[in-house]
Amino acid sequence: MSLTLTAMSDSAVTSGQQQWSGSGPPPRPSRGPYISAITNRTTNLGIRGAMLFSVGVFLALVLNLLQVQRNVTLFPPDVISSIFSSAWWVPPCCGTASAIIGLLYPCIDSRLGEPHKFKREWSSVMRCVAVFVGINHASAKVDFANNVQLSLTLAALSIGLWWTFDRSRSGFGLGVSIALLATLATQLLVYNGVFQYTSPDFLYIRSWLPCIFFAGVITMGNIGRQLALYEYKFIQEKTHQD
Amino acid sequence: MMTLREQLREKISAAFYRHGLLCASYPVPIILFTSASILTCCYPLLRLPLPGTGPVEFTTGVRDYSVPSHEPQGDLGERPDWYRGPPVAYIQQVLVKAAVSPWDSSLVTVDVFRSPLSRAFSLLEEIRNHVHSDSLETLCLQVTGLFPGLRRMQSVLPEHGCLLVSPGNYWQNQRELFDSDPDLLKTIQKHEPKGLHTSATLRDLLFGVPGKYTGVSHYNRKRVVTYTITLVLSSYDARFLGSLRARLKQLHPSANCSLRDDHMVHVHFKEEIGIAELIPLVTTYIILFAYIYFSTRKIDMVKSKWGLALAAVVTVLSSLLMSVGLCTLFGLTPTLNGGEIFPYLVVVIGLENVLVLTKSVVSTPVDLEVKLRIAQGLSNESWSIMKNMATELCIILIGYFTLVPAIQEFCLFAVVGLVSDFFLQMFFFTTVLSIDIRRMELADLNRRLPAEAGLPPPKPGPLRPREVPPPPRPSPHTITLQTPAFRNLRLPKRLRVVYFLARTRLAQRIIMVGTVIWIGILVYTDPAGIRTYLAAQVSEQSPLGDPGGGGLPPHLGVAPVFRGGDPTSTLSIHPAPDPTPLPENQSQGHHGSARAGPLPQAPPAVPQITWGAEDEEGWRRLSFRHWPSLFSYYNITLAKRYISILPVIPVTVHVSPQEAIETRHPQDTRHPPPPIPKVSADLQTDLTLYKVAALGLAAGVLLVLLLFCLYRVLCPRNYGQNGVAHGRRRRGDLPCDDYGYSPPVSEISPLLLRGHSMDIECLASDGMLLASCCLAGQIRVWDAQTERHNIDFNGCWEQRDGWDSVGGATEPECLGSEARGPSVSGDGLSEEEDSYPLRHRTAPARPTLFTDQPDLTPLIDTNFTSQPPSHLSTPPREGFDFGGLVERAYIEHEPPSNSTYPSPSSATADWESSVWAMELRGNLIAAGRSSGKLELWDAVEGSLRCSNEDGVSGITALAFLNNRIVAARLNGSLDFFTVEINKPLCLLQYRGAPGRGSMPPSPCYSSEDVISCQLTRSVQCAHQKPITVLRAAAGRVVTGSQDHTVRIYRLEDSCCLFTLQGHSGGITAIYIDQTMVLASGGQDGAICLWDVLTGSRVSHVYGHRGDVTSLVCTTSCVISSGLDDLICIWDRSTGIKLYSIQQEVGCGASLGVISESLLVTGGQGCVSFWDLNFGDLLQTVYLGQSSDGQGVRQLLVLDNAAIVCDFGSELSLVYVPSVLEKLD
Repeated sequence: MSLTLTAMSDSAVTSGQQQWSGSGPPPRPSRGPYISAITNRTTNLGIRGAMLFSVGVFLALVLNLLQVQRNVTLFPPDVISSIFSSAWWVPPCCGTASAIIGLLYPCIDSRLGEPHKFKREWSSVMRCVAVFVGINHASAKVDFANNVQLSLTLAALSIGLWWTFDRSRSGFGLGVSIALLATLATQLLVYNGVFQYTSPDFLYIRSWLPCIFFAGVITMGNIGRQLALYEYKFIQEKTHQD
Repeated sequence: MMTLREQLREKISAAFYRHGLLCASYPVPIILFTSASILTCCYPLLRLPLPGTGPVEFTTGVRDYSVPSHEPQGDLGERPDWYRGPPVAYIQQVLVKAAVSPWDSSLVTVDVFRSPLSRAFSLLEEIRNHVHSDSLETLCLQVTGLFPGLRRMQSVLPEHGCLLVSPGNYWQNQRELFDSDPDLLKTIQKHEPKGLHTSATLRDLLFGVPGKYTGVSHYNRKRVVTYTITLVLSSYDARFLGSLRARLKQLHPSANCSLRDDHMVHVHFKEEIGIAELIPLVTTYIILFAYIYFSTRKIDMVKSKWGLALAAVVTVLSSLLMSVGLCTLFGLTPTLNGGEIFPYLVVVIGLENVLVLTKSVVSTPVDLEVKLRIAQGLSNESWSIMKNMATELCIILIGYFTLVPAIQEFCLFAVVGLVSDFFLQMFFFTTVLSIDIRRMELADLNRRLPAEAGLPPPKPGPLRPREVPPPPRPSPHTITLQTPAFRNLRLPKRLRVVYFLARTRLAQRIIMVGTVIWIGILVYTDPAGIRTYLAAQVSEQSPLGDPGGGGLPPHLGVAPVFRGGDPTSTLSIHPAPDPTPLPENQSQGHHGSARAGPLPQAPPAVPQITWGAEDEEGWRRLSFRHWPSLFSYYNITLAKRYISILPVIPVTVHVSPQEAIETRHPQDTRHPPPPIPKVSADLQTDLTLYKVAALGLAAGVLLVLLLFCLYRVLCPRNYGQNGVAHGRRRRGDLPCDDYGYSPPVSEISPLLLRGHSMDIECLASDGMLLASCCLAGQIRVWDAQTERHNIDFNGCWEQRDGWDSVGGATEPECLGSEARGPSVSGDGLSEEEDSYPLRHRTAPARPTLFTDQPDLTPLIDTNFTSQPPSHLSTPPREGFDFGGLVERAYIEHEPPSNSTYPSPSSATADWESSVWAMELRGNLIAAGRSSGKLELWDAVEGSLRCSNEDGVSGITALAFLNNRIVAARLNGSLDFFTVEINKPLCLLQYRGAPGRGSMPPSPCYSSEDVISCQLTRSVQCAHQKPITVLRAAAGRVVTGSQDHTVRIYRLEDSCCLFTLQGHSGGITAIYIDQTMVLASGGQDGAICLWDVLTGSRVSHVYGHRGDVTSLVCTTSCVISSGLDDLICIWDRSTGIKLYSIQQEVGCGASLGVISESLLVTGGQGCVSFWDLNFGDLLQTVYLGQSSDGQGVRQLLVLDNAAIVCDFGSELSLVYVPSVLEKLD
């Protein structure tokens, strides 16, 4: 206890004196280890990346399960193996991609100098994730008359997701470009026979894929921005003090 | 266009305003109305089948049966919608009851079932070979292989060909294997799963009846063996089945069998949820709960957070229910899986509006009436709520035009849900919110009452006779002090988690709940348990339920039959009935009626084969997973499909004793007789159960003993005794919180500076000197120079400007800090005076009523606030001293005591001239008196240097900066004085070395100087109402007043720069420092941050219920304390509340910041140090022995990190040693 007190007052003495005098710049406050870890830029980046990665892997597994579960029968001894039935590298890839996206979004925000202010709350982020899972659910479970209808519906839903939770032009642009890139990459992979879809309807792949990618990019960007908000707050504080 | 929008907006706003008034005015009728409408809308839900995976039945006649068509037909009235198309399979069971008859005493127990079972093989042959236009092979369900992964079943279940199941499958349907099997029971038991099972076992599957009804055991007292041969047919051929039935009946006639055979039951199975579907489902629910958590966490500033969060969730849920109910009412039956779309519906409807409403309502000024607050809050947010709702409706309507049925249905539910959610928000939630806010106000009122009691202690007239300590007076207001254990300590996070677990007994509760759920599952899956009851309920509730007797709950039909014969019920009562078969009972045991079984007391020698109603649909006694699991072995799912169960074919087989003996296996006779032949199997299982229970109990006791020993070994004896003392806290006892956690022993000891005879009223310091003024009018000056650990108070001057000498004859007294003798109380004041009960708590720190407890006045009499300020300018005793009246009345009853009674004349003179404000700069003390006189004293010599009597209104606050003095008066005027010294050279002379802190050095005025104090400017109407706060820094003077405004003046030319408006209550606290940060807090609980240069409001936050009593800023945060005993820490740049600390009730409102990260607060007889970064309590220092009840009201932080605070009549100096060490 006294150790803490001493540590706290270490800077307290000098700073306190100066503060009361009113002259001289206010000193940097001493912070606890946790906060300093958060404030440390690299550590913060690492933490955020790891969190985004795990979220991405988790969502990939769950959504993959959603897609394959139609073919699973009632008696499921192999469910656990069916989770990993598709290629093992898909979840890590999704995780990495989501980490990159989640870090990219706040970065671009700060580069463009227009911090994202729209609905910056965890509840909104949760809502966004839920809608994303819902879009996946719809694509997997709802019977559509034809694929055009399915694609159009999903596209509308994705745009709605963007408009409800993001509404930033940079977010839209980034989402579209990443979705196109990811579709292209998938196309190449399928073309080279690395894996394939059960019922391709558009040049070897499912036509709803870009919409899902877009919604996923928006969601991960939302999470990433929310996580970055913590760092942003502390940095802002620091600059304020300086 | 714009005007139209504006008009619309105004109309909506007005409508919401009226609605808010309505809701807040009639809360109870509206809540009743809302509940009634919720219930009405949910009523149609009762017609929906209960959720669950229980199968649904539908019974048709056999005669006119035809396979239902796929297309829905016209007469759907009585058919369930699943009854379409052919079933997955037809189930034909042949129910065999076999017994050795007559029973011979030479027979052994194995004979009871060996020969009856062997008959199954011949029956199987008969069935397989039966031909009538078709053979069985063409009709039956051909299976093509077991599900992979079921290799262990391979030897038992048919792998290909007809799905025909019988006990013979144990022996691969080969009689030879059966005959050569030495131990039949072992073979049967071999395939049973170990441990508890919740689904159908293999034995159930093969025997077709639940295990305990088969009679295949050593303890079968009825000696009747029951089993079924189950044929699974893929198509229905009435003629084939009819001929099979006739043939079997002809071969094995059942004498007294009256089973009905004209009904077939179609059983529809719901979709079972597998793990694969469960994981995404669980994920969506987790996301949903996270959403709800993060949403409801934002509810703040209300009486009961949990209550409002619950109301919010109830609003959303019941709007969903209403939506489903309404849709059902108008003929739309939900086809979607409710559990799956539910989270999405909640997310779409959302909790946002509710939160916005709450936030808007709590942001309204607290001093308004509840009704008006609700109405204002509603109308403020009306536009955004309507806009959001319109947007959402549009989006959902777009979704409706996707023309995908599932999405359309979802959208329909969502639209109706949104509308009903809006309805509920407007009526239900708003009303709940109004109730909550009213409760909060009541609580606040209750909380304030003690403070009100403390408001008006008499202006401490120096002449007031105080020699005799008054006896404990019947105070009109009693003050209830919370126990110290109530103190909310900020603990490390890790400990907090542990304490949370401990406090809520979370682990135990989870285990308990888990156990209950587990037992529930066991009961539910028990074949004879609640499941059948539920299934019966389901079938009863569905309007198309079984009309015939077959639809009766099976246990109802069974119960009378088994009243005598049910082994479980009877044997528990008669555990050991007379086993001896009585020959003369043979005939009497034979009852003609099928409904009366053999009495257990008299087992017949001729095993009685009876057929009862329970046999008619024996499959009902099986687990409801029986058929799904049978089919799932062949990779056929029954989910959302149905099977048709045909009436059973009864077969009665009597085996002669000779045959039984012939079919014996050689080992059967060698088989040891059952160990307890007299006890039935069920009792046996009962006994094992008891054994297991006893063993478990013993193990548990042993475990507890072991743990206890471990505990005694590992833990010290006196562990945990710290937290026992919950009683009154004695001196030196550290406060323990609820968990017995107490902070480490203090190494900081306060230094008490005694010398005042009455409570200390004003404190002032310039870093070097410390001046204090008590209620008696004494001003004492202490030299706060410190050397290492010792504080040397070498200059203690006492200035008594009391009644005897108006000029203030000084008696220099050098008193050590402890050397205070009673002689000083020559003024006729005794030490005990201070301990008279009301004083400690209720004496206000300063007579400037508005500084500390400003808004108590309206509580006494609201008229006071509305009175013109001129009234207030009269001595405040008239207007405010409520307690003074009480005290005066009290004194009238008190007989005057013997001591030196001051003359009344001087009493009146001094009555008006008590010191209300004091400031100290250099060696000059500026004292503002209630008479409006400003005096300048020499702090070193104790002589009055100058006085100014320009003003008549009492000086409520003083600021002394450079050579200017600013005095705020009770009538709202502001006077600027200039101190002029005739020997200006002396100004350059500094007393001592420059201060340790680089404070601007105080000018020293030598005694020869002639000091004059001139009024340079008087701002007459600076404020409309009394000025409550006055602060000066950085060349600015900031005043806050009762009239809700803050004004900024420039010090040099006393020019008013800005009038800051934004508070909706009187200003109670202001903070300004050299960096031009200005923060103000008001009676409305709001805290405003202002930009001093532009006069604009930077942020505006509501943090307290009731007044903000104190405000301090650091470079990164703003710290505020309020009348609600809450200390809030705000982020200075964003205005976001970082955290808040709940202090014990009645804590002082004093705050001080020692450094960027060290906060000190005054409490009841103690000061507490807090770590600002984490909000943790670092240390609590107790000031004195009689710490109870004396609050620290003023707190000054000196340069050397020492803290001076008042403590009754004493000053207490606390300093943190480590800080001091660093200093030197």
